[in-house]
Amino acid sequence: MTEEMFKAMAQSIIDGDAEVAEKLARQAVEKGIDPLDAINQGFVVGVNQVGSEFSCGNAFLPELVMAGEAMKVAVSTLEPEMNRRGTSRSVLGKVVLATIQGDIHDIGKTLVGTMLSAAGFQVYDLGVDVPVMKLVEKARAVDANIIGVSALLTTTMVRQRDVVEALEDMGLRSKIKVMVGGAPVTSEWVKEIGADGYSEDAIGAVAVAKKLVGK
Amino acid sequence: MGRPIKSITNPKLSLNILTPEEVQRIHTATLDVIENVGVRFPSQKVLDIWEAHGAKVDRETFIVKAPGALIEKALKSAPPADALAARDPAQDLMMDGNHVFLGTDGCGVEVIDIYSGARRRSRLQDVGEIARVADYLEEVAFHWVAVSAQDRPPQTRGLHEVKAIWDNSTKHVQTESIYSEKEARAAVEMAAIIVGGREALRKRPVLSMMQCTAPPLGHDGGSLEAALVGAEAGIPVGFMTMASCLTTGPATMAGTLVVGNAEVIAGTALIQLAYPGAPVFYAAAQTASDLRTGSYTGGGPEDYLFGAATNVLSDFYDIPLSMGSFATGAKEPNWQAGVDNSLSTFMSCIVMSDMLLGVGFLHGSRIWSYAQMLMDCEIYNIVNKTLQGIPIDDETLALDVIRAVGPGGNFLKQKHTIRHMRDVFLPQFMDRRPYNEWQEKGDGPSDWALAKARQILETHQPEVLGSGLSAELQHIIETAEKEPVD
Repeated sequence: MTEEMFKAMAQSIIDGDAEVAEKLARQAVEKGIDPLDAINQGFVVGVNQVGSEFSCGNAFLPELVMAGEAMKVAVSTLEPEMNRRGTSRSVLGKVVLATIQGDIHDIGKTLVGTMLSAAGFQVYDLGVDVPVMKLVEKARAVDANIIGVSALLTTTMVRQRDVVEALEDMGLRSKIKVMVGGAPVTSEWVKEIGADGYSEDAIGAVAVAKKLVGK
Repeated sequence: MGRPIKSITNPKLSLNILTPEEVQRIHTATLDVIENVGVRFPSQKVLDIWEAHGAKVDRETFIVKAPGALIEKALKSAPPADALAARDPAQDLMMDGNHVFLGTDGCGVEVIDIYSGARRRSRLQDVGEIARVADYLEEVAFHWVAVSAQDRPPQTRGLHEVKAIWDNSTKHVQTESIYSEKEARAAVEMAAIIVGGREALRKRPVLSMMQCTAPPLGHDGGSLEAALVGAEAGIPVGFMTMASCLTTGPATMAGTLVVGNAEVIAGTALIQLAYPGAPVFYAAAQTASDLRTGSYTGGGPEDYLFGAATNVLSDFYDIPLSMGSFATGAKEPNWQAGVDNSLSTFMSCIVMSDMLLGVGFLHGSRIWSYAQMLMDCEIYNIVNKTLQGIPIDDETLALDVIRAVGPGGNFLKQKHTIRHMRDVFLPQFMDRRPYNEWQEKGDGPSDWALAKARQILETHQPEVLGSGLSAELQHIIETAEKEPVD
């Protein structure tokens, strides 16, 4: 019975069906299934399945995003029960994400957030047009492992350097890695500003983040 | 005297990509979106304008919902097509629907160095050097700011860039890299100095301004305010959508056309509401995002179809079009670059897009390559020749000469042949040599293109601004630089 339910959970992720995923998560709580089992034996199996289908070219980005969104809904539905039991999902790391001040370009950064959270990171997405200090303060407050900062304009990209410098000024640079992204960003820029990594797309960003947290 | 400009005009070929009924459906759907979903205009100043004209405005979300009738009425005040002026009046560009003019692409961040071949970050010197080569090339009719002057401060970078172009070329400049009201004011002031005042600038806009939208269904606040400054000064202003299938637009091309069209015509309507009769143009560089990465592709059949469809839309609104073609995603000048840039350019040209962007880039408009620039010009020439079609008349049917040569002869010695041989296209950068020559020399088209670019850069003397004017422009930039950053 529980086995069947786990299978259905995995399938809801594969189908990218957030409604079904949420319903199954609620049922799991009602039936007294350990939320961690629901995640690890149910939903995560679906995430992995979509991931491997993607890797061999059978699935495409929209399917990954849908699966990621369904996963997010499932986990947040299970969260109150995890808190009640005093357990928590082990995460790969905490990432604070934002598009930098002066820049309102949203989509790449949001996509990276979805991919990271589907991969098992705890993601705090602060949105767009975010001042450097707000970003850095949030990272300190949540004890983040990584700051991810996006910029689409060459004129706002310069503020990615400010993030690195602010972390240095606050003595946090050794604790928090910096990932940068956006169309004008290049590997040379990453080196120049002393950031830790970048990727041209959201899939690559997951690999970079995993490497940065040593996973 | 500036160099002549090669436009595409009087094409014999044509293409029907959308029927009038289909265009009407796209327009109706677009108005539905603007009225019921709304478009984001994140500037209080802009919201004031919308509100004053009766649009529904949400001050928190910045979303404007404007009735279709308001949009249609506003668009009607857009003036009939005019010319883009150049410092040299012989290089003015007629926006009459019967010319395609080619520009450079813009906003690149890296350059393949013309001598070392190394890829490096772009700087101000590159902007000027690219402009000088473009000034020489007959195919290139106007400039975008090809690469970003990353060695200049962000708040005045766009000013350094337009000055570098004016210092090196007499051709029209369309800036796509001015994102704030303050910078726009300074740019307008610079343009006015060049032509002899603000009134002269209205008559001879040597500068036009292109602003990117923020798809889906949004604009950038600074860009909007900069555009209003341009419109107030009477220089042509356009909004470019890059809404792309799958990510910033629906997966379907028709849906993505609607999203992009909503952004562009809502922005254009705003300009007309604020400054009725201000010259405007439509701009687009739509494509499909990559299925695997979601990234900008700069190529593929969707790109080519958007290239042709957009001019039908801009014609429907009776405003000129600045259309993104070329812009291959290829990493070096290669097979992919040839396919992408040829087909996208053919499709944009056969429908007579007024302005075409642009030559010179690799990796989705990020890396400038002089070799690609020259080869893109060749693509443009091939497309130009193809669009002339096959003229049929007594002279071209050549019956007399066919009679004279008869079966088994050859046509090489005929006067008719001498008369018409120069009609035959002669490529600069295609390898038609014997196989052994290729084998011995081991070089190829991109080597020849690069060599030609070097030669132009080293020898071409553009008509420079003159030290007085140049110093005045520099002074404006320095004044702007001293102002506090917002």
